[in-house]
Amino acid sequence: MDLSGAEIVVQALKDEGVEFIFGYPGGAVLHIYDALFGQEDVKHVLVRHEQGATHMADGYARATGKTGVVLATSGPGATNLVTGIATAYMDSIPMVILTGQVPTPVIGSDAFQECDTVGITRPCVKHNFLVKDRGELAETIKKAFYIASTGRPGPVLVDIPKDITDPNVKVPYHYPDSVSLRSYKPKVKGNPRQIKKATEMILSARRPMIYSGGGVVLGEAASELTELTRWLNFPITSTLMGLGAYPGSDRQFLGMLGMHGTYEANMAMHECDVLIAIGARFDDRVTGKLDEFCPYAKVIHIDVDPASIAKNVPVDIPIVGQVKPVLTDLISLLKSSGHQPNPEDLESWWARIEQWRSIECLRYDRKSTLIKPQYVIEQLWEITGGDAYVTSDVGQHQMWVAQYYHFEKPRRWINSGGLGTMGFGMPAAVGVKLAHPDADVVCVTGEASIQMCIQELSTALQYKAPIKIVNLNNRYMGMVRQWQEFTYESRYSHSYMDTIPDFVRLAEAYGHVGMRIEKPEEVRPALEEAFALKDRLVFLDFITDRTENVYPMVEAGKAQHQMRLPPWISTDRELA
Amino acid sequence: MRHIISLLLENEAGALARVASLFAARGYNIEALTVAPTEDDSVSRMTIVTCGDERIIEQITKQLNKLIDVIRLLDISESGHIERELMLLKVRAKASERDELKRLTDIFRGRIIDVTSQSYVIEMTGDSAKLDAFLANLAPSQIIEVVRSGPTGILRGERGLHL
Ligand SMILES: Cc1cc2nc3c(=O)[nH]c(=O)nc-3n(C[C@H](O)[C@H](O)[C@H](O)COP(=O)(O)OP(=O)(O)OC[C@H]3O[C@@H](n4cnc5c(N)ncnc54)[C@H](O)[C@@H]3O)c2cc1C
Ligand SMILES: Cc1ncc(C[n+]2csc(CCOP(=O)(O)OP(=O)(O)O)c2C)c(N)n1
Ligand SMILES: [Mg+2]
Repeated sequence: MDLSGAEIVVQALKDEGVEFIFGYPGGAVLHIYDALFGQEDVKHVLVRHEQGATHMADGYARATGKTGVVLATSGPGATNLVTGIATAYMDSIPMVILTGQVPTPVIGSDAFQECDTVGITRPCVKHNFLVKDRGELAETIKKAFYIASTGRPGPVLVDIPKDITDPNVKVPYHYPDSVSLRSYKPKVKGNPRQIKKATEMILSARRPMIYSGGGVVLGEAASELTELTRWLNFPITSTLMGLGAYPGSDRQFLGMLGMHGTYEANMAMHECDVLIAIGARFDDRVTGKLDEFCPYAKVIHIDVDPASIAKNVPVDIPIVGQVKPVLTDLISLLKSSGHQPNPEDLESWWARIEQWRSIECLRYDRKSTLIKPQYVIEQLWEITGGDAYVTSDVGQHQMWVAQYYHFEKPRRWINSGGLGTMGFGMPAAVGVKLAHPDADVVCVTGEASIQMCIQELSTALQYKAPIKIVNLNNRYMGMVRQWQEFTYESRYSHSYMDTIPDFVRLAEAYGHVGMRIEKPEEVRPALEEAFALKDRLVFLDFITDRTENVYPMVEAGKAQHQMRLPPWISTDRELA
Repeated sequence: MRHIISLLLENEAGALARVASLFAARGYNIEALTVAPTEDDSVSRMTIVTCGDERIIEQITKQLNKLIDVIRLLDISESGHIERELMLLKVRAKASERDELKRLTDIFRGRIIDVTSQSYVIEMTGDSAKLDAFLANLAPSQIIEVVRSGPTGILRGERGLHL
């Protein structure tokens, strides 16, 4: 079969099984757009800003585990993608980005809408390609999908000059079933000797702790993680990115750890003697001051990326491999060992943990006459049965979801952790909704974040993505204001905007339903009403207590156990 | 500590830029870098001289290994190895200085490869310290131009870095 470059692009996407492509046209990709015309296999979603396309593809990828696909034109189209590509890169999300480029003969001549896309994106992609020969186009696209989705996943960009997609030049088309690269052989199984050593260390632990991360979600290993944790009866905590891999309401789960982690999770980390890190990368938001991180612990670290291991914290037993097969091997070795961790040691360890837990660090004022943001999230959790897909933007609202929405399943919690990209939440929710049209999909956001990609409300209407938007409107860049309160003596430098739009009318202008909620007793009925409107996008503008802070907090430069607790929790009970 | 990292990488446009931008982005040090195609022209061999403590060197090798274009990598300074650098040196050589320069070049096993009435071009290979030592014997005013390739290296014995 002979095809033009443009037809090759579309056919390759079909052969790859791509369902959605999120894009925006322009000169350099017009041949490709022409080839997309009139076919239904690959559904094109026309966004309103290229950044929106990347976040939609990203949300789609996080919710499904499949690779998200983006298409944009050269120059400004490509540069508009950068934030979204970097977002996906930091959280290891599989994504393939196709960009148009100026024709090969004029590359380097400052041609119209030329930019060095490969150069600009190099530091924030797993890999990228510039296609110089249309005969290699199909195979390059295959390689892009292969690299993006294997090993430690990540975004891969393919830059395609316009002459390569010329409709008048055809070449034989063949899409390979698989590709292999001599320079890229990601590990799958863990080294059996290392796994054996890990079992011994685990069985000898007296104060063990499991610290799981986004790698468990990415590696589809939630059930193995749950089986391991239950069999061992060990306490478990999770990073922001790993929430949902272990059921959030289970007794063994201590909540999130880190800067805004729970008291019990951070204290147990600090005191543990064996730390089992699974698909987590010891981020600075987790470790706090490095010299004082887990001072008594021997560390076992399972990660597919050797560069994540011993990057920030020394590791005693590194295991390089995919979490799923490594945990499977670990579980079977533990079960066949004929041993179990010492039950008395575990019992006294659990007793200490329960003491820490008893201070109830997430308590807040339930009698307030103002809407407490935590209350909104709790109500959201109840109404959705804890089973919604929840995306968020970046700020206080993001932390409150992490703390108060107890995710029971993986891939339900979709947020930008590594880059912390405001503007991520709503387009990501649109991508999720397209992937799971029958599921409840909620975007929890703040009045500052939502304005960074607000234009995608229009895309949501066009493609019928009736998501619910929960805007925790505190009239502040709350997270910034909180830092200013704590570390800059409440000098609120530019963390406030005094012309916030009327979100109800804004939602209506985009063809959606808007609701403004100002009293605590209206919170639940409003949420119920919104979720009853199955086929409408509803923008819920909750006017919340603007002075609320996120607690606990490990402030910058502090060790993980030196938490700032809410003022209403007395610290004398701390170490009772 | 000074380390010499040898890499085999795909001989493709952009491969060098990936390595260089990795070092820049992560704040690693490059003291010297050499690269050229091997006997298989789809593969380039690169030698990077860098420095850092153990933890940094470990991260450098891991991060380099992650680059899709990098096929194989070895920190050759961790085993017995031979290191060579090429230097081309243009010096002022008036009649009165010629004998002394010639003798010095012989001692260091260099060769004079171009001569004018006023100058010599000297070619010399060796490890970097030897080249430094040779230069230390010349007065700055004698030197017209120094071109150094940066070190390359190879393991001793039968073991090699190949595909
Ligand atoms: C405002 C704000 C506040 C934050 N506060 C906190 C906080 O309090 N606590 C917190 O935890 N985070 C917090 N974060 C997030 C933080 O910045 C990091 O994004 C997060 O801690 C990283 O999570 P992770 O370690 O699970 O790594 P991820 O970024 O999810 O990385 C996954 C790791 O798993 C590995 N991996 C991937 N796939 C596999 C596989 N199949 N098999 C094996 N390994 C695999 C990868 O190589 C990588 O090392 C905050 C972010 C923001 C924006
Ligand atoms: C694109 C971008 N710019 C700046 C920041 C820094 N930042 C982090 S949180 C935040 C404020 C967010 O305010 P809002 O969306 O209202 O959420 P709140 O904290 O009030 O819940 C800012 C400015 C960021 N994370 N992303
Ligand atoms: Mg706000």
